[in-house]
Amino acid sequence: MTHSHDHGHEDDHGSELSEAALRVRALETILTEKGYIDPAALDAIIDTYETKIGPRNGARVVAKAWADPAYKARLMTDATSAIAELGFSGRQGEHMRVVENTNELHNLVVCTLCSCYPWPVLGLPPVWYKSTPYRSRAVIDPRGVLKDFGFELPAKIKIRVWDSTAEMRYLVLPMRPEGTENLSEEALADLVTRDSMIGTGLPLKKGRAR
Amino acid sequence: MIRNLLAVLPEIHRDDGGPIFQNPWEAQAFAMVVALHDKGLFTWGEWVEVLAQKIKSADDRGDTYYSHWLAALEQLVIDKKVTSFESLHALEEAWDRAARATPHGQPIELKNDPAFIPTKA
Repeated sequence: MTHSHDHGHEDDHGSELSEAALRVRALETILTEKGYIDPAALDAIIDTYETKIGPRNGARVVAKAWADPAYKARLMTDATSAIAELGFSGRQGEHMRVVENTNELHNLVVCTLCSCYPWPVLGLPPVWYKSTPYRSRAVIDPRGVLKDFGFELPAKIKIRVWDSTAEMRYLVLPMRPEGTENLSEEALADLVTRDSMIGTGLPLKKGRAR
Repeated sequence: MIRNLLAVLPEIHRDDGGPIFQNPWEAQAFAMVVALHDKGLFTWGEWVEVLAQKIKSADDRGDTYYSHWLAALEQLVIDKKVTSFESLHALEEAWDRAARATPHGQPIELKNDPAFIPTKA
């Protein structure tokens, strides 16, 4: 739906909206008029995803799984329910599966089609997750992708790539860093990075928490 | 130090938890899809199908992602017969005229369009 606007130069004192902004305003006007959306509800949705939902939620899930074996067992058998126990549920988290990293296996999550991503635990996806290079290369050359992210996976560790869909979202349970036996759940959560829950990173080492 | 190395790697553009939305319109487009899905206008599977079509042919660095999102939203509301291409286009022009007629810094409202005709309630 592209079209050109006749941008005159005589109206220097007026305002200007980008083509995308005009299209969005057109949609919003018509959808509001027809009762499909409520502008106040849109603001609430934006606020939620900008400020309330993010990878700290997922970090709490991972930290609890590290600290509490019974919770981890529930998480591995029914991730959606176990995650909802912590209050994280809703849009794009209806069907969750947790995949566990071990000394033999590393998991990497991608959405080759578009950008399916577990919003309730990770928020909205980062730019690179949505990019063509990541979406195509994660499947063809996952080890190379991990190198780009700064770590080389030892050859003896297998790698499994999980392709998210509209029906199923994956969260990686990274390995608990060594020497963290005495840390509280809160301190453990500080070691869990967003990338470690996608599989493109590892948790921070003890003493490196942000 | 690792971060410095990553910054020069060309292939996959990483970010450091930068802003979720680059422009306000991206946030609006995002929220409209969520609201319409909540309303039941389409299933998430239907949405993903249209979005994936839009993304498929593009070489997307991820920074033009919401352009595809917006194009998919337009197509889906037209497919669902909520509105037509012509109506959307006419409204875009009206918003454009309204913006140009609005002094810089003032809130842009559709009624600022010189050709604005209020719709009947």
